[in-house]
Amino acid sequence: MAAISREEVAHLARLSRLAVTEEELDLFAGQLDVILQAVARVGEVVAEDIPPTSHSVPLTNVLRDDIEVPCLTADEALAGAPDVEEGRFRVPRILEEEV
Amino acid sequence: MTVTLPPYDDVVARYEPVIGLETHVELGTRTKMFCGCPIDFGGQPNTRICPVCLGLPGSLPVANKAAIEATIRIGLALNCTIATWSRFARKNYFYPDMPKNYQISQYDEPLCVDGWLDVEVEGEIVRVGIERVHLEEDTGKTLHVGGATGRIHGATESLVDYNRAGIPLVEIVTKPVPGTGALAPIVARAYVTELRDVIRSLGVSDVRMEQGSLRCDVNTSLSLPGAEWGTRTETKNVNSLRSVERAVRSEILRQAPILDAGGKIKQETRHFHEDTGETTAGRSKETATDYRYFPEPDLVPLAPDPAWVATLKESLPELPRVHRKRLQTDWGLSDLDMQSVVNAGAVELIEETVAAGASPEGARKWWLGELARRANEAGVELVEVGATPAHVAELQGLVDGGKLNDKLARTVLEGVIAGEGTPTEIMTARGLEVVSDTGALTAAVDDAIAANPDVAAKIREGKVAAAGVLVGAVMKATRGQADAKTVRELIIARLS
Amino acid sequence: MSDLTRMSAAQLAAAIASGEASATEVTNAHLERIAAVDDRVHAFLHVDAEGARAAALDVDERRSAGEPLGPLAGVPVGVKDIVVTRGVPTTAGSKILEGWRPPYDATIVERMRAAGLVMLGKTNLDEFAMGSSTEYSAYGPTYNPWDLGRIPGGSGGGSAAALAAYEAPLTVGTDTGGSIRQPGAVTGTVGAKPTYGGTSRYGLVAFSSSLDTPGPCARTVEDAALLHAVLAGHDPRDSTSIPQPVPDVVGAARQGATGDLTGVRLGLVREFGGEGAEAGVTAAFRDGLDALTKLGAEVVEVSCPNFQYALPAYYLIAPSECSSNLARFDGVRYGLRVGDDGNRALEEVMSLTREAGFGPEVKRRVIIGTYALSSGYYDAYYGQAQKVRTLITRDFTAAFERVDVLVSPTTPFVAFPLGSRTSDPYQMYLADLYTIPVNLYGGPAISVPCGLSEGLPVGFQIMAPTLADDRMYRVAAALESAVGTLTPGELS
Repeated sequence: MAAISREEVAHLARLSRLAVTEEELDLFAGQLDVILQAVARVGEVVAEDIPPTSHSVPLTNVLRDDIEVPCLTADEALAGAPDVEEGRFRVPRILEEEV
Repeated sequence: MTVTLPPYDDVVARYEPVIGLETHVELGTRTKMFCGCPIDFGGQPNTRICPVCLGLPGSLPVANKAAIEATIRIGLALNCTIATWSRFARKNYFYPDMPKNYQISQYDEPLCVDGWLDVEVEGEIVRVGIERVHLEEDTGKTLHVGGATGRIHGATESLVDYNRAGIPLVEIVTKPVPGTGALAPIVARAYVTELRDVIRSLGVSDVRMEQGSLRCDVNTSLSLPGAEWGTRTETKNVNSLRSVERAVRSEILRQAPILDAGGKIKQETRHFHEDTGETTAGRSKETATDYRYFPEPDLVPLAPDPAWVATLKESLPELPRVHRKRLQTDWGLSDLDMQSVVNAGAVELIEETVAAGASPEGARKWWLGELARRANEAGVELVEVGATPAHVAELQGLVDGGKLNDKLARTVLEGVIAGEGTPTEIMTARGLEVVSDTGALTAAVDDAIAANPDVAAKIREGKVAAAGVLVGAVMKATRGQADAKTVRELIIARLS
Repeated sequence: MSDLTRMSAAQLAAAIASGEASATEVTNAHLERIAAVDDRVHAFLHVDAEGARAAALDVDERRSAGEPLGPLAGVPVGVKDIVVTRGVPTTAGSKILEGWRPPYDATIVERMRAAGLVMLGKTNLDEFAMGSSTEYSAYGPTYNPWDLGRIPGGSGGGSAAALAAYEAPLTVGTDTGGSIRQPGAVTGTVGAKPTYGGTSRYGLVAFSSSLDTPGPCARTVEDAALLHAVLAGHDPRDSTSIPQPVPDVVGAARQGATGDLTGVRLGLVREFGGEGAEAGVTAAFRDGLDALTKLGAEVVEVSCPNFQYALPAYYLIAPSECSSNLARFDGVRYGLRVGDDGNRALEEVMSLTREAGFGPEVKRRVIIGTYALSSGYYDAYYGQAQKVRTLITRDFTAAFERVDVLVSPTTPFVAFPLGSRTSDPYQMYLADLYTIPVNLYGGPAISVPCGLSEGLPVGFQIMAPTLADDRMYRVAAALESAVGTLTPGELS
């Protein structure tokens, strides 16, 4: 049985903001299925009482003092932007509701 | 089609409202949550940003100790348990005001859990359970251009300023609050008011709703008594205390006829409209949002040790309820009187007015009387009425010093509200000072006696009560600027 | 003076310090070499000749003024183009960042500048460091100087090839699942992944935050240690940076070079034995092991039963983190924007931008990561992978109670021909079979040449306990003293 369908791949691509082509969908669906079947092996490990490790560094409470550091200038901040208007980053009209 | 809403009393007699509140508070730390950019408002767009809060590739967050401490203090003030192990998580969704397209927030391991806040409503204490208090980063601000109203709808483009991005934001989530019946809207408002006062007393935020440093989402559901709780809606864009109350009330009134007709409430986000006092549905999403939370790998866990938490606990100030108890004693008020002060949102105003030199009686009289009336007329909060505690203290001082009588003082207050200046300035500019020059008054008294010989005769015969008519005539002649008591004394002296 | 480009970093630094050669001469020699061969090797994406000459001149002037100079002052270095460099284009090998000139330097770049290292330019890589061959670079592959028809490994193929082609004596790489070590192995060079948190990630374009580790690449173990010492150390801008002193890696490398490993216990992972390494690779590895035994080391077989789950766990954790890390590339604040015709809405423009800006391997991983983090699948995939990570860490901890270091071939196969694995992504993933476990654990590991198989280099991997980076340098230097460095033939 396939681990992932072409429709699921299409849905995930939308979620990931990737305007994938039909050809890519065909290609990825097969490839991702192979990969997911292989990585699903993590499920073989019985790990009821095993705590997860999200990090190999056993550090806690790494904090900085509330002290100001110089900012970028507006020029530096905006220099790489594809489109700028009135000192702000310009984007096309937004479809979705405000979150 | 016009929908006729059923009367509120009828609805809350048949349905049981359950409310819940999610409140966001912007912390007043010097720098942002994860970088050293200063937090100051009013700067030019995109001048308070650095690689970290602009989400430049390669940049990494480091948590601000002051923000962590402020959050723990809020948690302690809300009687929460402070977690011994807490983590930040990434909340993933695409939106242009979020520089990384994920928000660093907290998910299943928040800093503070399981507390409560006692709220006084109509003399009764309502205990509002606190589910969690967690810390996250604020987003930037988006300006929608080209539409009619500056709103997203109809805009042709948007402009983003990231100065606000990364400001520490504390989210306080209540447990569902059942059992408040018809008082649900008032309890919601009282909770936000109390929460605001608590946070302000901690000195960690200026908690100004009108400026967005305190933001509120209100959840409302209805169910039949004894039945399972109904589906809730989440109302956003609730930007004042008054709106909190109105939003709950409006949702109760909207949901009831749907349930009456056997319909179902849709779980959705709704927007509150200040102008109409109603809520409208947000654009519903195709699928349920999946934020794909996972532990933020760029940050390490927080493990507040008990000694640190104990130190923070010791630093807590007198909390508002305790503080109010003390004020009540100082001011010599009955429970009922104090309650009316609290309900009017006037505690701090009176406190500050007294601090500025007024007597507690005088301060209370103005704020609960004339000013409350005017705020009500204008449909604004008392604090926004246009007069400050300093104004009121000055005004009362002029009355106490005999320069204004009550009627004149009200006229001066009108000028203050209209923004004409300080009470003294207005009194001088408008020439409203009490006429206490006996010479000028004697002339007016003589005129009055001459014009009313019958009345004068009665007074001469000892019918002193008749003096009122002559006082009235003098007051009229001096356009109210005479001191009535002085006038009366002059008349009697003249005629005896 | 012999050919400056053939000298080690240590030799160059000594020559510059003594006045035998100037930093400017050294830099020019390498810039000339790049000009002569890089059209065939394509190790560099951007050469900053002007910046390099200015930095070299600065070192020369400071030397003339009698200022104290660091041990690598004036030595040229190539920097993997996933490391952010102020004012110098940084692409991460992706079209989506084409033309971006960052307004800041990575911490490791600041440290190299402060140490007087001369940055020659930015080296090629698989897009966002995702790959094992550098074929996934959006700017074309890098070619292995040992055989230009073969891959130089990946993701840091540019950094490794630049060393093997004598374009730079030192380069910087980043290692998430083997991206320093595997290219080192297949180009006959040395690549070291420090302990996670030992070198700062501030200014590394993030691929997988809990795994990414910058580290040194060189032609000798001592050179790698010298660069390691410059790069490493606590950085308050990286919350995961370890606030502890850096072990004396240079001293350890010099000690190892004396060729005495008496009492050192080498752990041979039983579970790696059965996995399909090429015969020639296994043979060369055995030769290396024999050489170490002759130097006094003892070989102990250890069992790490959960290593078999390392590759699956890695290919869930890394894509999950990358799906989130790469969300910021949306054409709003920097980089590419596609399809903004005044008509399309932002969502569509973002999707078109990301579609055009990312290559297929990046898209595959973003999609897998999005899947693995989805609420319905989190527990079975990401959550379970995190538990596997715990088990692998336990395997390492248990093994290091019995041995000082673990050893293995770095990669199961020698450099493969270009194009031979790109159609089957999972086959490409297998190149990381031996390098991945230690990334999940967080400890340091190094790849050092141990011989040839069919005329191509084979790498020997040494893994050490967390924070014991010095230990792997000692063993690596000992192996190098026995086997010698590998030199490819002249470029055809």
